[in-house]
Amino acid sequence: MALRGNLRDFTITQLLNLINLARKTGTLVVEGPSETARVSFRDGKLAYAQVGQEDNSLASVLNKTKKLSSGYYKSIQQRGAHISDKELGLLLINAGYLSQEDILTSLQQYFSDIIQRLFTWVEGFFHFDNEMNPPEDRICVRLDLENLIIEGSRQMREWEQLQDEIPSLEMALKFTDRPGTNLRNINLSVEEWRVVSYINPRNSMRQIASATKMNDLEIRRIVYGLLQAGLVEVVRAEGAQPPVPTARVFQTEDKEEQKSLVNRLINRIRSL
Amino acid sequence: MQTVKMVVTGPFSAGKTEFIRSVSEIDVVSTERKISSSSEKSVKEATTVAMDFGRITVDDDLVLYLFGTPGQRRFDFMWEILSEGMLGFIVLVDSTRPETFREARSILETFRAYAPTPYVVAANKQDMKDAWEVEDMRHALRLDSKVKMVPCTATDRDAVKAILLELLYSILSEMENGEK
Repeated sequence: MALRGNLRDFTITQLLNLINLARKTGTLVVEGPSETARVSFRDGKLAYAQVGQEDNSLASVLNKTKKLSSGYYKSIQQRGAHISDKELGLLLINAGYLSQEDILTSLQQYFSDIIQRLFTWVEGFFHFDNEMNPPEDRICVRLDLENLIIEGSRQMREWEQLQDEIPSLEMALKFTDRPGTNLRNINLSVEEWRVVSYINPRNSMRQIASATKMNDLEIRRIVYGLLQAGLVEVVRAEGAQPPVPTARVFQTEDKEEQKSLVNRLINRIRSL
Repeated sequence: MQTVKMVVTGPFSAGKTEFIRSVSEIDVVSTERKISSSSEKSVKEATTVAMDFGRITVDDDLVLYLFGTPGQRRFDFMWEILSEGMLGFIVLVDSTRPETFREARSILETFRAYAPTPYVVAANKQDMKDAWEVEDMRHALRLDSKVKMVPCTATDRDAVKAILLELLYSILSEMENGEK
């Protein structure tokens, strides 16, 4: 049976679990909201990962994991572009610059980070290609999936909890009227400050997420922290179109009649 | 004949059926089914898996319907349907089960997003010795001080009446504020 579907119905964590248990070899292709990820496995272990058009050459990975200075990285990019990752790796090891363990650890960290990013993808088509292998010129690793699966499960629980706390991103935020609270004395991260700068009953959380380039999980995580600290509260966005009910509350549009109706209800309930 | 409706919502076993039963002039229409999950079994023996439905006839021209939402999360697809055209809603919270407070808050936020109608939060089972104080529950539920939170015992008709009246007062107040 072809392993294909949508992340709406089958999460990344569940996919990793299946690949691990079935000891699959091949590549999982996931079409995310704005880019495609390719994650390769051999006998159920993570071998390689790539997202979109990111430069994931060995030089770039070592630079990102701070094992290779920016200077050397630029130099390799300019003068060593024709060298494959395997050749570069051997050169660096033979030069005593890095050990084999350094290189493999960096690659494992980079590939794990890609998987972590995939955990935030909740929508997108995926399929598993048994015939697709990692690019020939790339170094593969052999990383057990169990820890990644545990981390994925934890994130999924966090996602469910955050969705419970903040079910709708169409609502807006406003600062609470707590006397004695001075936002300037509170330590917020850079991301939290960016969100705070957009807090205004006219801006829905979805709009704030879009402006700060955050995904649903990230914006919920930050807003949850601000809610827990009592700094903000959730309100209906000003100027937002209220949901159009398909059924009217009152059969009459006359305001006086509507009020009369409510008064009749009050009198009736009192008499029960 | 004019009909209006209110929705009574809240986590599983918060007391929604009893709440409606206390004031409904008809037997609350609910479907009893065997408990399907063991965690629900430990809470109560019988549970409703369809909507609760009660009625209060005001006069020849006006009837109030009370709809209770299914308590289990797996029936939450019904919530939006039930919220259409509602006058307002009541969120019932079991004061003796703080483990349900988070879910109660989630339900409240979900309904707030559905419709900008007034609502009241009712702290039920206040007659039980393990019941949390209402103000403590307000903090636990992170309710703004402007939100009406009222103590309740769903089997006490007067207490249920008081909650329905609070909701109606809120509705009237909003209408009057809307005219200014």
